Amino acid sequence: MTARDEVLGRIRGALGGTGAAPGAIPRDYRSAAGMGPAEVLDRLSERLRDYGCRVYRVTAGEVPGTVAAALAERGARRVVVPPGLEPRWLPSPPPGTEFITDDGLSPAALDSLDGVITGAALAIAETGTIVLDAGPGQGRRVLSLIPDYHLCLLRAGQVAGLVPEAIARLRPGQPLTWISGPSATADIELSRVEGVHGPRTLDVILVADA
Amino acid sequence: MRIALFVTCLADTLFPGVGKATTALLERLGHDVTFPQAQTCCGQMHVNTGYLQQALPLVRRYVEVFEDCEVIVAPSGSCTGSVRHQHAMVARRYGDEALARRAEAVAARTYELSELLTDVLGVEDVGAYYPHRVTYHPTCHSLRLLGVGDRPLRLLRRVAGLDLAVLPDAETCCGFGGTFAVKNPDVSTAMLADKMRSVLATGAEVCTAGDSSCLMHIGGGLSRLRAGPRTVHLAEILGSTRDQP
Amino acid sequence: MSTYLGMPTAPPGVGHLRGTQPFDIAARRALGNSQLRRNLANATSTIRARRAAVVGELPDWEALREAGRAIKAETMAHLDRYLEQLEEQVTARGGTVHWARDAIEANRLVTGLVTDAGAREVVKSKSITTDEIGLNEALAAAGITAHETDLAELIVQLGHDRPSHILVPAIHRNRAEIRDIFLREMPGADPGLTDAPADLTAAARTHLRQRFLAARVGISGANFAVAETGTLGVVESEGNGRMCLTLPETLITVMGIEKVIPRWQDLEVFLQLLPRSSTGERMNPYTTLWTGVTPGDGPQRFHLVLLDNGRTAALADQVGRQALHCIRCSACLNVCPVYERTGGHAYGSVYPGPIGAVLSPQLTGVEENASLPYASSLCGACYQACPVKIDIPSLLVHLRARHVEERRQRRVPSPESVTMAAAAWVMASPGRYAAAQRAGQAGRVLGRDGRIRRLPPPLSAWTSARDAPVPPPETFRDWWRRERGTAQ
Repeated sequence: MTARDEVLGRIRGALGGTGAAPGAIPRDYRSAAGMGPAEVLDRLSERLRDYGCRVYRVTAGEVPGTVAAALAERGARRVVVPPGLEPRWLPSPPPGTEFITDDGLSPAALDSLDGVITGAALAIAETGTIVLDAGPGQGRRVLSLIPDYHLCLLRAGQVAGLVPEAIARLRPGQPLTWISGPSATADIELSRVEGVHGPRTLDVILVADA
Repeated sequence: MRIALFVTCLADTLFPGVGKATTALLERLGHDVTFPQAQTCCGQMHVNTGYLQQALPLVRRYVEVFEDCEVIVAPSGSCTGSVRHQHAMVARRYGDEALARRAEAVAARTYELSELLTDVLGVEDVGAYYPHRVTYHPTCHSLRLLGVGDRPLRLLRRVAGLDLAVLPDAETCCGFGGTFAVKNPDVSTAMLADKMRSVLATGAEVCTAGDSSCLMHIGGGLSRLRAGPRTVHLAEILGSTRDQP
Repeated sequence: MSTYLGMPTAPPGVGHLRGTQPFDIAARRALGNSQLRRNLANATSTIRARRAAVVGELPDWEALREAGRAIKAETMAHLDRYLEQLEEQVTARGGTVHWARDAIEANRLVTGLVTDAGAREVVKSKSITTDEIGLNEALAAAGITAHETDLAELIVQLGHDRPSHILVPAIHRNRAEIRDIFLREMPGADPGLTDAPADLTAAARTHLRQRFLAARVGISGANFAVAETGTLGVVESEGNGRMCLTLPETLITVMGIEKVIPRWQDLEVFLQLLPRSSTGERMNPYTTLWTGVTPGDGPQRFHLVLLDNGRTAALADQVGRQALHCIRCSACLNVCPVYERTGGHAYGSVYPGPIGAVLSPQLTGVEENASLPYASSLCGACYQACPVKIDIPSLLVHLRARHVEERRQRRVPSPESVTMAAAAWVMASPGRYAAAQRAGQAGRVLGRDGRIRRLPPPLSAWTSARDAPVPPPETFRDWWRRERGTAQ
C-alpha cells in the first residue's frame, strides 16, 4: 500500500464515517470597512507611518518629482525597475542615478543594487499592507526582497479597507507577497530590529485618482 | 425564596464558617435556606485528576439530591463550574444521556453566591459591615468558567466600612489547581509566590475570593511566611454586620 | 466511550516530541534558573500586552474566532477530501505531492529530494514541523548541511540547543549569551561584535546572505494550504522565509496534514487571527502565498510533503481532535502561568505550553507523554486567548482521563488510583462521608496555633511551602444538625 493510500485510509478510519455534511461557516465578521474613500487612505497612511514608512500623498503629475526626491532622500542611486511600470511615473534619472530594468538579473546582481521601485496589486488600509502579485510593474518576487530600499507606488483606487476585501480582489494563482512595513525581528529579548533579510526601508507614494 | 445550599465538601469539612455565613446572609435577606443532608461532593477533584468514571456516582448523587430544588447556591465558583460544565459531560462519556439531561437541568438552577445575589435576588447592597482593608482575587473558575465578571466587586463596594484595594495581576492563577498543587508542587509554589507578592503590595489585611480552595492555597502560603494578611471567603465578609461582625 | 486506539502514533527514537524527564522534574530545574525566569516574564508580558492592544482594536474579533473554529472543525470532518483536492490542485500547477506516514518516512523523502537536486547544503525557513521530525539530524546523517535562517532558529542551531517557544524559539537566551554563541560558532565573526540586538541581527544577516544567494534547495513549513486553489502560505517577519521560498531552484515544503484549509476565502479569517494572536501585530511584515510553480519567478521545482506522524491518531479521538485546529500562534503560551515560569524545555517537546500539553501526548500516545496533561492548573487563560477557540482545559482533562483509563486497562494500580477510588466510595454515601469527616478531625492533633506545618506524603508536597488548615471541631453538617435538626 502506498503512503498516500495508507494516510487517507487512516483518516477515513479515524473519522469513522462521522463526516457529516459541511455546516455553513458563520461569517459574521466585517467584510467591508464602511469607511469613505478619504478615510480609507488616511487609515492606510497612518498604519504605514506606524511601521516607520514614509508616505507621500501626491497627484499623478507630482509622481516623477516625488520619486526622484524619495530616492535622493534615501541615497538610492542604482535602482531596479520591473518591466511594465507606468513610464510616466519615472523621472528622467537624476545625475548619478541609474534605473535598471529587470531582465532576469541574478540574485548577486540584485544584491549590488540600492533599491527597487514597484507598483502593487492592492493595499489594505486596516493593516497597512501592500500586496504584490507579480503583475506588470511589480516584477518577480525577488525584486522587492534583495535590494535594501523599496519604494512602492500605489493608486488610491487600489486601496481596500479590510483583509476580506483584499482576499476577494486577489487572483489566487499568482505568487503573492504581502508586505506590512520593513522586515523586522524581535528574536533577541523581544527588542525590535528592522531590516533583517528583506529591505530595511519601505516608502510609499500614494497617488490620488485623477 | 427557598434556596438550597450546596455547601461543598471542602467548606463542610474544613471551612464550616463559609456555610454558616452563606446561611446567615441569605436568611438576613429574607430567604429560606435548606440544606439537603444527603449531599456530598461535586466530583470535580476526580474529574480534574482524570478519574471520570469514579466521578459518575457523584454526579448522579448531586442530581438526585438537588433535582427537586428550585434554586441552588454554592459558595464556590469552582464547584459551580464543575456542576455546570462537567456533570453532563461525565454522564455522556459513560453513555448515560438521561442523566446528562437531568444534570443540565439542575446545573441551570445552580448559582455561585455572587451570581445568586446579583442576578437572581437582584441585590448589591446586602447590608454588610466589614471595617477592614480588603483585596479581591478573582479565582480562575469564577472568572473564566462562570464569567462572574465584576459581580463580587460590586457586592464588596457596597459593604460599609470596607476599604477595597485593587490586586495587581489579579487575573493570574494562584497556582492551586486542585491536585496540580501536589503533582507539580514546584510550579504551583512559584505561582503562589507571585500571587502573595501581589497581595502584599496592596497593603490589605484581608485577601478575599469566592473559593475556599484558592483561599486555602493563598492563605496557607501567607501563613507559612507569617506575611501578615489573612484570607476570608466572600460569604464571610458579606455575612458580617455591625451586630455580628 | 470515544474510540481513539488503533491509529499509529509518532515513532520513538526520531524527532523531538518526547522529553527525557517527566514535566514536574524538568520544571523544577527550570524554575531554579533565575535568568530564564526573568527573560520569560519580560517576554511573555510584553507579547501579552501587544496582543491585547491589537485584538481590542477589532470590533469583530469574537466573530473571527468563531469562524476560525468552524472552518477548522469542518476541515477535520472532511480531511481526506480536502487533502485529495489539495494534491490535485498542486499537481495541476506543476508541484509534486508526497505523503509520509511518519517522521522516518518524511526524513527519507526529503533527504532523497535534496540528494536528487545535487545539493549538499540547504537553507531552511522556520518550521516546527521539521523540528518535530528531526529533519536536520536526518540530513546531517546523509552528509547534508541545513542552515537555519530564522534568527532565533539560527541562535538555537549555533548554540546546539533546543527551541523553547513556538514563536520566539530562543526566548530563553539573552543578548550576552547570543553574542558568545555568534563569536564561537560563526566563521569570520567580528571579534568586536557588541551585544546590541541591532548588531547581532546585522551579523546574522551577513552570515546568511551568501548562503541564501548560493542556495539551490530551500526547505520550509507552511502555515496554510488552500485545497480549492493549491495555494501554500508562509507567514513571517524577517524575510528569511521569502529568501528560502523564492531564491533556490528547488523548494521542499513539509506540512502536517491538518494545515489544509478548504477555501481561498478562508484565508481572510486566518490572516487576521494569526498575526494579532502571535506577534501582536496588525499584520506580520511578510506573507508569501504561492501556487505550484510560476515560470520565471521563484523555484521551478516544488515538492510538498504531507506528514501524518501521529496526526491521524489525534483525529481518531473525537474530543482530542480539536488540538489539530491549532494555527501555531503561541498566544496560549504567552498567557499560561505555568509556561511563563518554566519555559518551553520542561515540556520536552517542540510543542510546549498548553497546546503542546494536549498535542504532544496525542501524537506520541498518551502514555509516552503522561505528565504533560497534568502540567496545568486548568486556569483557562489559554482557552480565552486561543484564536480558534480550542477548549484546552477540557482537552487536558480528557487526556488525564485517557491516561487513567489506559493504566487501568493495563491493571497498573498507583497510590493515587487507590486514593481516588476510596474517596469516590466515601463521597458516594453521606454516611460514609460523615464518618470520614470525623476521622479527618483526628488531624486536629497535627495543628499548632491553628495551622498544620507538616503533613504525610503525598500531602507533604502541599506543606512543603504552605500551611494546611486545622480541621474545625465541628463540620458544617454537624453544626446544621445541632442547630436545625435533621429536617432540611
